[in-house]
Amino acid sequence: MTSSRATKIDRLASVAARGPEFEVGPDGQGSPNGHDAGVSLAVSAWRRLRRNPVFIVGAVMIGLFVLLAVLAPFIAPHDPALRLLEDQVSRANNEIPPPQDGYPLGGDQYGRDLFSRMLLGSQQTLLVAALATVIGLGGGLVLGTLAGAFGGWVDSVVMRIVDVLLSIPSLLLAVSIGALFAEQSQFTVILAVAIVQIPIFARLLRGTMLSVRESDHVLAAKALGVKRRAIVFRHILPNSLGPVIVQSTLVLAIAVLDAAALSFLGLGAADDSTPEWGQMLGNAQDFFDSQPHLAFWPAGCIIVVALGFTLVGESMREALDPRQRR
Amino acid sequence: MGMALLEVRDLSVVFRRRGEEPTIAVDNISFDVEPGQTVGLVGESGCGKSVTSLAIMGLLPSRGAEVSGSVTFEGEQLLGLSQRQLDERRGRDLGMVFQDPLSSLNPVVPIGLQITEVLERHRRMSRKEAKVEGEHLLNRVGIPDPNRRLDEYPHQLSGGMRQRALIAIALACRPRLLIADEPTTALDVTIQAQILSLLSELVSGTDTALIMITHDLGVVAGLCDEVNVMYGGRIVERAQRHALFAEPRHPYTHGLLASIPRLDAPRGEKLVPIRGSVVDNIAWSRGCAFAPRCPNQLEQCWSDPPELVEDRGGMLRCHNPVEVAPLAAEGTR
Repeated sequence: MTSSRATKIDRLASVAARGPEFEVGPDGQGSPNGHDAGVSLAVSAWRRLRRNPVFIVGAVMIGLFVLLAVLAPFIAPHDPALRLLEDQVSRANNEIPPPQDGYPLGGDQYGRDLFSRMLLGSQQTLLVAALATVIGLGGGLVLGTLAGAFGGWVDSVVMRIVDVLLSIPSLLLAVSIGALFAEQSQFTVILAVAIVQIPIFARLLRGTMLSVRESDHVLAAKALGVKRRAIVFRHILPNSLGPVIVQSTLVLAIAVLDAAALSFLGLGAADDSTPEWGQMLGNAQDFFDSQPHLAFWPAGCIIVVALGFTLVGESMREALDPRQRR
Repeated sequence: MGMALLEVRDLSVVFRRRGEEPTIAVDNISFDVEPGQTVGLVGESGCGKSVTSLAIMGLLPSRGAEVSGSVTFEGEQLLGLSQRQLDERRGRDLGMVFQDPLSSLNPVVPIGLQITEVLERHRRMSRKEAKVEGEHLLNRVGIPDPNRRLDEYPHQLSGGMRQRALIAIALACRPRLLIADEPTTALDVTIQAQILSLLSELVSGTDTALIMITHDLGVVAGLCDEVNVMYGGRIVERAQRHALFAEPRHPYTHGLLASIPRLDAPRGEKLVPIRGSVVDNIAWSRGCAFAPRCPNQLEQCWSDPPELVEDRGGMLRCHNPVEVAPLAAEGTR
């Protein structure tokens, strides 16, 4: 509290010292420190983010998660596909290998090392979330740009398609798309999650593009005879990306959850030798009464990662919102 | 007079909205601009001066705005050209400077790119040539250290410099006609004077004609050769600058001049505002739109719309013009 007041006073003092010639233009001086006088949206947003504890907590969570995913193959004590503890599994008695030396979390129902599977599962989760978001973002950018740039009937057609897609609950839509494929794999999960996100991105981008299209600098560019293509890609689109970027961090969280849900429902990869948290959760439900820890670990990881992305996304949205600028 | 650079004849702009009375923003206006001439369009907010400029540039939305009449530029009809055809002329033959220099620049693109974009487009320059020319242009409009400024973003420039950059962009292709729509309104008074002198310096001695749109008679006094005073979408008075300030004929022009503080007026003298506001206007079809606010109004003004007729070397649309000019000296600043 006191320190923030001290910095505020410092700042006032420095402004006072610089004096009123802060914005002297044409005399040759420019503003005394031209890079401070006006601060771009991105820079000021970053300044606010840096001080936001919510952002820091979320960023640390994601950072650890990414680090784990990268290092997983090196720190995992065992091969996650090998049934090393199979002799301790007893189907009849609902017995599963307990935590023991070298196996901190014990084994799963097939006798595979649970700890190693948890570690390597982070890779799949990150891959699915990132790819699904990128594909969804890409599709949304194409559709949104089409609608926002052309307007008229192109806009109407694209937006009606988007409306139809949005009217179906997202998970139901993802399940339907996942079920369309003859052979389920991790890739179909990615595609299903991505397609669900496309209309959300498209509508968001189209909305901002329509408002940017009416702005003064676009009128000024038209008055200069700038070609339509350049107007769209240089003057409208780059100014419309802010909300889309924020949305994509939030979509990362949704993608983690949706992908887990699809795997849980059995629409993930048929082969479970590559561990995936949602799939592990799904497999664990048979043992939920006797072995709740099998469900606890993957569920906990999914929650923590999704929470991390949500916290970062929310704090970015706040930081980039011009109404919140002080 | 020969053929003017720009001839505007009976230009009207009507905004139509479903379920609402159409709004006549510009009502049958005609004027000429000669090469090298500076013409002022003066009037208060909502008199149609900006809409006139947008109509000349072909920048009004195709839906909702109905433009009629004729706008010929170097003998070529501009109304009815496709956007693609207009794009070939805008920026090259016709330039425009807008009111708010910050919002008229693209915030995410460096200044340099916004200049070279036009040069590459219309003067077919390579990226490299355009950059050199851009530096030269920024230097010409008085932006110091132009090489560094080329890589800077609009928010890093002061207000005055932004407007200088916009002028540089508008003049990049040496247009034959430059339209400046209230170019100084968003600026500090000291910067205003600098921008105005820059504009007149850039335009004088060249073929480039300038249409100056403003509500500020001080700007007109310093810059314009000929002045059109607009009221309610119509031109109510046209005169040479000197005549307008020495002998304002229309009561509206007279009122505008009387409401400006003067350095040579006795101390303590009160300013005389024009009564009422634009909402009091009556339709031109019924009489004189200015009648409800006019100190010189006659019975006739409420029933008989006045025509624009020749008057002492200019044009005037009034039944009962101001006879004696109480404003002795010319100029306001």
